[in-house]
Amino acid sequence: MNGPAPYLHWGFILISLPNLILIAVMVLLFVVALIAPFPHNRAKHRDDDDE
Amino acid sequence: MSEASGLGSSREVPRPAGPAPGTSRTDSPGVDDRGWTAAVRRRLDGRLPLEEVLPTRQPAFVGSWVYVFGVVTIAALVWVLVSGCVLAFMGSAWWHTSSLGHFFNSIHFWSVQMFFIFMVLHLWGQYWGAGWRDGRAKTWMVGVVLFLISIVTAFTGYLIQQNFDSQWIALNAKDAVNSTGLGGIFNVLNFGQMYGIHVMLFPIALTLLVVLHIVQVRSRGVVRPIGDPYVPDSGESVSTGGPR
Repeated sequence: MNGPAPYLHWGFILISLPNLILIAVMVLLFVVALIAPFPHNRAKHRDDDDE
Repeated sequence: MSEASGLGSSREVPRPAGPAPGTSRTDSPGVDDRGWTAAVRRRLDGRLPLEEVLPTRQPAFVGSWVYVFGVVTIAALVWVLVSGCVLAFMGSAWWHTSSLGHFFNSIHFWSVQMFFIFMVLHLWGQYWGAGWRDGRAKTWMVGVVLFLISIVTAFTGYLIQQNFDSQWIALNAKDAVNSTGLGGIFNVLNFGQMYGIHVMLFPIALTLLVVLHIVQVRSRGVVRPIGDPYVPDSGESVSTGGPR
């Protein structure tokens, strides 16, 4: 933790590995949030059906 | 002693002009309804009915994990504020030398990381969903201001760690801030100024703007997904409509 982070360099892009990993995790989390099913309140839906 | 005890009748105190008990002042004809208090009341009545500020139902399209990012950001902010209060109360010697101080210092640091991560995810969700549609531009702009204030607040937090790291950051940031012309009023080497901004001014501004942001979202309702055929009329809220 006290040492310098490894850096990745492609052309004009210069980014540390921890930052790159963090951005990748955030993108992954965003995609999962879009496609993962959201738990619904089944009891609430049953009430709706009864109405 | 209440009026029912007879105090009012024995002293013959004239009752001030106004509505009868149990009726609204605004319901009475001929009542002077001018002034800024009446204007604010009318505005709040029209824009923020309690059914929309504290709804029990949300539209079906809100059932997505994308809409959780905003509230997780608020949860992280609560942890930031609580741990920050503890750190401010105990002082830098405590958070640098004691194990409990390290613990709260870490909570403060990592809750800030979570705050920024989920705020950016919330921003992505609102950006790609065009969350400024249907009269929500002000909500979007308050969010932008919140994002900018958060960055400066986090920056001042790095500056007041009271360690070599903060000194190194301040020395480098000095040149950057000076190059913008703001160095005269925002001196990153002035610890007292940075400390006051970090623990007082910006957290208060941030908290108030977050409350405003939430009220704005509640008053307009969550924006409908792009392509949804339903187009609300001006002023109509969709926050309490329930599953459609």
